Amino acid sequence: MNAHDLVFIIVFVPLIGALTAGLFGKVIGPIASQTVTTGLLLLSCVLSWVVFAQWAWGGLEAFTQTLAPFIHVGQFQSNWSIRIDALSAVMLIVVTTVAALVHVYSWGYMAEDESRPRFFAYLSLFTFAMLSLVTAADFMQLFFGWEGVGLASYLLIGFWHHKDSANAASIKAFVVNRVGDFGFALGIMTVFWMFGTIQFAEIFPRVHEFAGKTWMFAGHSWSAVDLACGLLFIGAMGKSAQFFLHTWLPDAMEGPTPVSALIHAATMVTAGVYMVCLLSPMFEYAPVTKQVVTLIGAITALFAATVGLAQNDIKRVIAYSTCSQLGYMFFAAGVGAYQAAMFHLFTHAFFKALLFLGAGSVIHGMHHEQDMRKMGGLWKYLPVTYAVMTIGTLAITGFGIPGVELGFAGFYSKDTIIEAAFAAGRQSGGVAYFAFIVSLFAAGLTAFYSWRLAFMTFHGTPKWAAEAEGHGHDAHAVHDHGHDDAHDHDAHGHGHGSHTPHESPASMLVPILLLAVGAVFAGYAFVEKFVGEGRNEFWRGAIFNAPTNKVLEMAHHSPEWLAWAPLTVSMIGLVAAWYVYIAREGMGARIAANRGLLWGFLYNKWYFDELYEATIVRATRLLGDLFWKVGDQKIIDGLGPDGVSAVSYEVGRRTGRLQSGYVYHYAFVMLLGVAGLLSFALWAWQA
Amino acid sequence: MTGLLSLITFAPLAGVAAMLLLQAARPSDEARSAEAARWIALGTTLVTLALSVLLVSRFDVHSSGFQFLEDIPWFSILHYRMGVDGISVLFVLLTAFLMPLCVLASWSSITTRVQSYMIAFLVLETLVMGVFCALDLVLFYSFFEFGLVPMFLIIGIWGGKRRVYAAYKFFLYTLLGSVLMLAAILGMIGMSGTSSIPELMVYKFTPGVQIWLWLAFFASFAVKMPMWPVHTWLPDAHVEAPTAGSVILAGILLKMGGYGFLRFSLPMFPHASEVFAPLILALSVIAIIYTSLVAFRQTDIKKLIAYSSVAHMGFVTMGIFSGNALGVQGAMFQMLSHGVISGALFLCVGVVYDRMHTREIAYYGGLVTRMPVYAAVFLLFTMGNVGLPGTSGFVGEILTLTGTYHLSTWAALFATSGVILSAVYALSLYRRVVFGQMTNPALAAIEDLTVREVVIFVPLILSTLYLGFQPNVVLQVTQSSVDSLVAAYHAAIGA
Repeated sequence: MNAHDLVFIIVFVPLIGALTAGLFGKVIGPIASQTVTTGLLLLSCVLSWVVFAQWAWGGLEAFTQTLAPFIHVGQFQSNWSIRIDALSAVMLIVVTTVAALVHVYSWGYMAEDESRPRFFAYLSLFTFAMLSLVTAADFMQLFFGWEGVGLASYLLIGFWHHKDSANAASIKAFVVNRVGDFGFALGIMTVFWMFGTIQFAEIFPRVHEFAGKTWMFAGHSWSAVDLACGLLFIGAMGKSAQFFLHTWLPDAMEGPTPVSALIHAATMVTAGVYMVCLLSPMFEYAPVTKQVVTLIGAITALFAATVGLAQNDIKRVIAYSTCSQLGYMFFAAGVGAYQAAMFHLFTHAFFKALLFLGAGSVIHGMHHEQDMRKMGGLWKYLPVTYAVMTIGTLAITGFGIPGVELGFAGFYSKDTIIEAAFAAGRQSGGVAYFAFIVSLFAAGLTAFYSWRLAFMTFHGTPKWAAEAEGHGHDAHAVHDHGHDDAHDHDAHGHGHGSHTPHESPASMLVPILLLAVGAVFAGYAFVEKFVGEGRNEFWRGAIFNAPTNKVLEMAHHSPEWLAWAPLTVSMIGLVAAWYVYIAREGMGARIAANRGLLWGFLYNKWYFDELYEATIVRATRLLGDLFWKVGDQKIIDGLGPDGVSAVSYEVGRRTGRLQSGYVYHYAFVMLLGVAGLLSFALWAWQA
Repeated sequence: MTGLLSLITFAPLAGVAAMLLLQAARPSDEARSAEAARWIALGTTLVTLALSVLLVSRFDVHSSGFQFLEDIPWFSILHYRMGVDGISVLFVLLTAFLMPLCVLASWSSITTRVQSYMIAFLVLETLVMGVFCALDLVLFYSFFEFGLVPMFLIIGIWGGKRRVYAAYKFFLYTLLGSVLMLAAILGMIGMSGTSSIPELMVYKFTPGVQIWLWLAFFASFAVKMPMWPVHTWLPDAHVEAPTAGSVILAGILLKMGGYGFLRFSLPMFPHASEVFAPLILALSVIAIIYTSLVAFRQTDIKKLIAYSSVAHMGFVTMGIFSGNALGVQGAMFQMLSHGVISGALFLCVGVVYDRMHTREIAYYGGLVTRMPVYAAVFLLFTMGNVGLPGTSGFVGEILTLTGTYHLSTWAALFATSGVILSAVYALSLYRRVVFGQMTNPALAAIEDLTVREVVIFVPLILSTLYLGFQPNVVLQVTQSSVDSLVAAYHAAIGA
């Protein structure tokens, strides 16, 4: 079988699984549904590795297989297709590997849930949508996959649909992503009218024609490629939970933990990074937008890391960590080191999925407790989970020995990003330098919150025995996170702490152990191909670097001290966490109990939710009511049909109501005036 | 195939005749005549559907002109002229497609004066088909205006508590437009000496005249769409109409406005269309944002969906007056897609209304526990309403927006915010009705979809997904006619 047939099978077998479990799950039962979906996903995963191996070592050529027409109107030509190049080959293995392992893991984790066919159907549906996203050859299919994964995310966050918090979180995720897609859609329109096509292969060779050109949009003259990329980047910000549009990701932890690992850590949230790298031929001609990407990425990396310091819910800490690591990937792309961004995406998928699934194992072992303050000392009871979580922590903190170039996965990818930011900063200063400083500082914070998580969960004195009675209503009144992973039909069914914590079954541990292998070796094994000397041979044009873009070369010639800097700051983070949570155990709780200003600021996530609630959400409600009750009912109906019938009735009476009638007539004329003015404005700004 | 259009148009009347004959033969038996009326109506609408499928299968998609022409001189300059092109032929199919579903949806929910009800629907079908097939101004006008009468009766007789108010409001609004349109039609015939639509499409009215004619037609079509700010009759009409009435209202009657813009305003009054395009864009953008926000605050399921219809029609008017192939193709697609999706959404409301006799959102909640199949169906159409790619709702939105962008990036910018707002109101409706805990004890025994209901939904589900993944089947049919319409428009305005 050649690669064309293989990729077809890779993409479509998850869809077959989803349809089988989704439509016939009730008939064939949960075990059959799980078997079919998981079996097909494993097939998809194995074949993905075959294709990837052919790409990396077998000299497979990039190709695009066109399957069927999608939308054809004039030059607006979109096809259903499968595009294979280095980028999609990497994403194929990331997506299918994590998806397959998460399917297996869910056998154990979801064993008590009655809606398993639905759960597995959604997981497989997600995988299909994600694969169609990464193999898209034009903007429409990219957008299809983009919103398709959004649908799956919505369905899985709200999987336990009897819970109000889960429903609120799922809507929030969808709507915030739609805010991003608003920009994305406008970006696609801009690209279409600029290039007269939405096919990547036709756009990329022509981007240089628009370098230095301007484009009229919304009354302003913009640098053309900067505008297109900037609008598209708004979409990436939504999907990848970047600063301003990040608020949905922590709430998305309402979904079952395997979902968090697959969608909200390893794959879907990285789609924004993938898009920027895929569109590198455009972004390379968008210097201003690249600076924006760098800035937003750096701010997110810093912001999320600070918030992660003060969270107590084990999943939320990891969620903010994801947010922060995505920020790293973005500023790497922003300074032009797309290869490093993709490399970090790749390694991050392994260790972050590992951390989430490990957290799931802890939650499972703790009988659905997610509050780290009620854990402690678990290493004895969950030894395997402890071991792999430690590996995950070492990987995310980028532990490694610079002199001999040996380390965990994050060591290779994160250090490359830091070096790239340094190189770009030295070259151009400005935001790249800011990103570099942030990257070092946030690396320290990453080490602190990651080890804090490990220490609070696995070390110290157990809090769970002492908390058997009367837990719950202590200091965390500000945020009612609930026991998020509480199952519908909880077979454990007892209060927390009345059981000793237990290790998880093999179906859960085997996937985590396999991810641990990735977390250890993914960096070492692929550093040469992704960002090293072999990178041009590996990427083969899938990522474009402008001739002036020498960031990666320069990154390889960084000063000696820079190689040691990340290790140093992460050691500081480790020691600080050790001091606060082990050496002076209880200090963390005392800091929280003091409710300091800074602590409150971080604990409440910089008050973003409150800010948005008080402004945008409130304004939407008020405007809706205003338009409905005043605009429609009083003004339009008052003058229109109700007014007409009322006129004969009211004219002779000259009551006070007639006077108020004048007000509404007046208002109606004003409304017409507004419409007229808007029309004039649109006419005047035809551009 | 001469005569096929007349056959499709008047076939429903054969069902009416059959009912009347049957009643004449057995005048007293109410229950049996009701049962017979249902079956006759179903049979008639299915035959009409079969004929319409035949029509589309014989339709030559490569020709931009009118096909299946019929031309019988009437008196004076008036002719009985029928014909379809790429713009009208799919509306014939859509009408024929929705009608049997409406009959099925009314099967057990309409219990009083069943025969009259079915007669009203069949007459309505004839009149709507006439609107889309007529190629003579006077003929068109007759179908267009008489179409209101059965709808008026359906709301006024089989409607809810405030049906008289709603019917009155509906009537008042449309009356205004009709009078002006009639005057314009008389003027057009007087000036050109013909009432033939194909001839008028190439007749050149002077720019000054175009302005007045355009405005007169606009008054009628804007009410029908409905466009902001003449939309307020729609939520009331929907709320009071029986389920099948809402399906036809949203699915087909609203499209008569968009069809009118495409058949008259754009080809016959291109200069005026160009002049007024900014006005239309502004009103469309207002409709999208304003009615979406209003929809978000509704407490009645049907009102919410009705307001969302107004917002979706905003994309249609915007696309039409963008004046380019993308916008017009998108508008056509959006109308057909909305016919399916909004029809299906009103049927979804009908399902729970038939069981609980209330449309209050707050009454429901947690339906998924008792009605999983319903929840899945409702979710699909909610996603269609939100314009998720893979459903037909997406294609029309992205094409109209892209078309509009070329004319005004401002309009595209504001209108695109509709994709955020539609998610807000549609998902919050779904959450409040379907998700959450089932707290209302009255719902404890609510039953999932019956076989009859599943039969109704299956064709709608398949259409929504098929058009979502393969929109080209529609776009190919409309392409030739739209391209020639757009080319003529640009030639006329000299752009």
